[in-house]
Amino acid sequence: FALCLFREKKRRKIEALSEKMAVDEGHVACGGDWDGRWNHLKKFLERSGPFTLPDFEPGTETLQFLLETCKILVIGAGGLGCELLKNLALSGFRNIHVVDMDTIDISNLNRQFLFRSKDVGRPKAEVAAEFVNSRVPGCNVTPYPYFRVELRLTLTFEYFIARRWMNGMLISLLNYENGVVDQSTIIPLIDGGTEGFKGNARVILPGMTACIDCTLELYPPQINFPMCTIASMPRLPEHCIEFARILQWPKEEPFGDGVSLDGDNPEHIQWVFMKAQERASEFNITGVTYRLTQGVVKRVIPAVASTNAVIAAACATEAFKIATSAYVTLNNYLVFSDVDGLYTYTFEAERKENCSACSQVPQDLQFSSSAKLQDVLQYLTESTSLQMKSPAITTTLQGKNKTLYLQVINIKRSLVFSFSLSPSVLVSLTGAELGLADGQELAVADVTTPQTVLFKLNFTS
Amino acid sequence: GMAANKAAKEQKYDRQLRLWGDHGQEALENAHVCLVNATATGTEILKNLVLPGIGAFTIVDGHKVSGEDVGNNFFLSTNSIGKAPDKLLDNDPEFFHRFSLVIGVQLPESTCLRLGAVLWNAEVPFLVCRTYGLVGCMRLVVREHTVVESHPDNALEDLRLDQPFTELKNHIDSYDLDSMEKKDHSHTPWIIIVAKFLEKWYSEHNFQMPKNYKEKEAFRELLRQGILKNENGAPEDEENFDEAIKNVNTALNATKISSTVEDIFSCDLCDNITAQTPAFWVMARAVRDFVRDDGNGILPVRGTIPDMIADSEKFIKLQNVYREKALQDASVVSKHVESLLQSVGKVCPPGYLLIMKFFKCVFIISGKNAAFLRVVRCRSLEEEYSIESVNKDEITSCMDNPDSEMVLYLMLRSIDRFYQQHSHYPGVYDYQVEEDISRLKVCVNSLLQEYGLSVSVKDDYIHEFCRCGSAEPHTVAAFLGGCAAQEAIKIITQQFVPFNNTFIYNAMTQTSATFQL
Repeated sequence: FALCLFREKKRRKIEALSEKMAVDEGHVACGGDWDGRWNHLKKFLERSGPFTLPDFEPGTETLQFLLETCKILVIGAGGLGCELLKNLALSGFRNIHVVDMDTIDISNLNRQFLFRSKDVGRPKAEVAAEFVNSRVPGCNVTPYPYFRVELRLTLTFEYFIARRWMNGMLISLLNYENGVVDQSTIIPLIDGGTEGFKGNARVILPGMTACIDCTLELYPPQINFPMCTIASMPRLPEHCIEFARILQWPKEEPFGDGVSLDGDNPEHIQWVFMKAQERASEFNITGVTYRLTQGVVKRVIPAVASTNAVIAAACATEAFKIATSAYVTLNNYLVFSDVDGLYTYTFEAERKENCSACSQVPQDLQFSSSAKLQDVLQYLTESTSLQMKSPAITTTLQGKNKTLYLQVINIKRSLVFSFSLSPSVLVSLTGAELGLADGQELAVADVTTPQTVLFKLNFTS
Repeated sequence: GMAANKAAKEQKYDRQLRLWGDHGQEALENAHVCLVNATATGTEILKNLVLPGIGAFTIVDGHKVSGEDVGNNFFLSTNSIGKAPDKLLDNDPEFFHRFSLVIGVQLPESTCLRLGAVLWNAEVPFLVCRTYGLVGCMRLVVREHTVVESHPDNALEDLRLDQPFTELKNHIDSYDLDSMEKKDHSHTPWIIIVAKFLEKWYSEHNFQMPKNYKEKEAFRELLRQGILKNENGAPEDEENFDEAIKNVNTALNATKISSTVEDIFSCDLCDNITAQTPAFWVMARAVRDFVRDDGNGILPVRGTIPDMIADSEKFIKLQNVYREKALQDASVVSKHVESLLQSVGKVCPPGYLLIMKFFKCVFIISGKNAAFLRVVRCRSLEEEYSIESVNKDEITSCMDNPDSEMVLYLMLRSIDRFYQQHSHYPGVYDYQVEEDISRLKVCVNSLLQEYGLSVSVKDDYIHEFCRCGSAEPHTVAAFLGGCAAQEAIKIITQQFVPFNNTFIYNAMTQTSATFQL
């Protein structure tokens, strides 16, 4: 008897809930919203609480802001991007823009859940937008399957470079008055990254908190195997694969003149695999597999749905907090790993005083007076705090702007160099031979930054 | 046909196969998971299991979909078994016995404890998840979960420089550094170099390894002296010697068995092998017997060495010395497995592949993983909730910091109490918030009193847990969804190490903690 009573009570309670829902809700909001749609969020937006920010005001305005005004840009519609779009859409964000130049590959389908096998080959941004817009009524995701880049050169947009570029772009939008940043020009950047079972999420307020470049040393560049190991002293199956990729392919051009290795072409991978096996058997090395070959050639990073879900969720929570002031934002870096139990570590990454991206001061470069331009280039690309890809250097000499160095990729027409010397000769010249003085300012452009970076040359003797 | 399907699957799952291998994938595809309650949290967990290819899932959920459900749930047109879990527990508790794992989401305390008891007795792993406002909570309930492939992050190498086995010793002896040409000298593996200089050191130090910083520094200096000099007496560039010097700290550590593995060896299950003993324990015992009888108190050799500056031939030869020894040791261990099985009346064909087939498992315990075995035992919910066995120490010591995630655990226990008393969660409706704060405070105090916990819960948390009105915001559900799915995958694949046993996530501060309650 008691059991029936309990069940009876429960049923009534559920019915009662639906009724009360309508009363609590008031009138239906815009955009085809239904009763109770935003109930979960409203608890945080329409009620005061002990952990809100001082400027938080409970009421209906914040939800309206989310639904109607707040504009959010999502870069990438892949593992993190798909999760982010869903999370933002279900958190009230409607005016969402998503950029991704990539197309869908079958290997994406284990985690990029907005895509199906029928979508393979289509642009990610478009398919993602379609899915979310149809699943979440009222949401308006605008896709950009392209990204207009100011530079005229063709470049492969490796994900990490995109991050740094966006970081620099937001910094360039800042207005400073008397050396103090105008807060209304700050566009917050929330950045997330994952690799296997590890990930991180961070909140960047450009001009105020640590930016991507402030902590560049946390992301050391991928280590390539030394050429002498690959060329004459292989020990690991990876060395054999790199031998086939770096040395044999350009030499043998197995699929035609000028046809470069395409990691997504199984026939290309198969060729590298077989060549790598031959090399391996020459040296009694075991372990060359097709999967390893593909992994090395494509620089594959293992990935699963769960890690992406966690990091994207953390990022979206921060987006919600920033947009609503409902809680204090992450300050400012979260690290996550679930290899052994679950582990998170939250800390405040500090701004770098002389950050090449956000410190607004020219970077000091120290070189001996006998150093060559080559040495400057090497420093710019190899320093862990700069990690430039192919810097273009200009300077002012005798009142005229001169190009010191510019690496040309995929451009058929020839460039006129200010010095009428070929680049290979230029780089072997010293500062004095180039006419550079102590204290000379160099302006460096690179794909890692949308603004030129200013350097000041100091010659030590 | 089948081959094409297999190829497509390999492509689709490529990124995750690199983490848990084909055998892990197989375990996933043979699993059948039960989700109780398809709330936002529940469906997020499920999504993260369906995407990597879980074999089958069953949803148990008696609720009707409401407007607010469609607001936070990305997948709300699922078909679920329209029975409340309570009803199943009343009429057919054995329904739950068929699953590899049961995931319970947003369960009221009474249902949770009932289900927990059924699953504990049936030895079915139980993962309890809850999103409550900006707080996420997971509780793993499994009697004993053994892990062979824990994939540790920073494992030390197993080089045996402190006690080189015969074949290694012979190989080291085959080198004469003093008579080598520069090319060979500079491309000798650092392991050989350290071994050679260790011999020198032994002869001058009464056969004792360098032990402290001072001695290790002296040993490094010995290595530096060993670098070839050019005609001007300046040291040549010998990167292999640089590597040797860098590795002195770790290479000279004594080879020994970790306490984790010793604990596994001293378990009752390891001592008493019967016809019912699971594969893990039979194999662990076999390794233990190896350690005692053949290994001189040391585990079977792991068989791998890190990459190092060396010419191909020297490196491969050295690598093969370790590999062959590992194979030898593995075959001895496998003989121990056979004799253990024989002793309980089972006939197992020889060799590892057949042993795996015999046990119907996807792992073997060998030198490769013996050092990294892990066993996770979680207390039952009954033990956690019982006044006699509640983990008072853990709770009170964590609460020395009143903002520790432990306060969130106490609040979750308190709102469960509130629900029991008032048949609703605090602050669900706006008009309730104010009065529920004082009612919730009463629940908090009665909870603390009942368990004899002299800790103090800040009013702010009581207020917050009323304010959030048991909301299940999507981003918090999604975070927990990722965490829970991966723990489920760990249980199913028996790879990587599950948490033990209560995980609390605070989305307000983006912090988390794990407690063993």
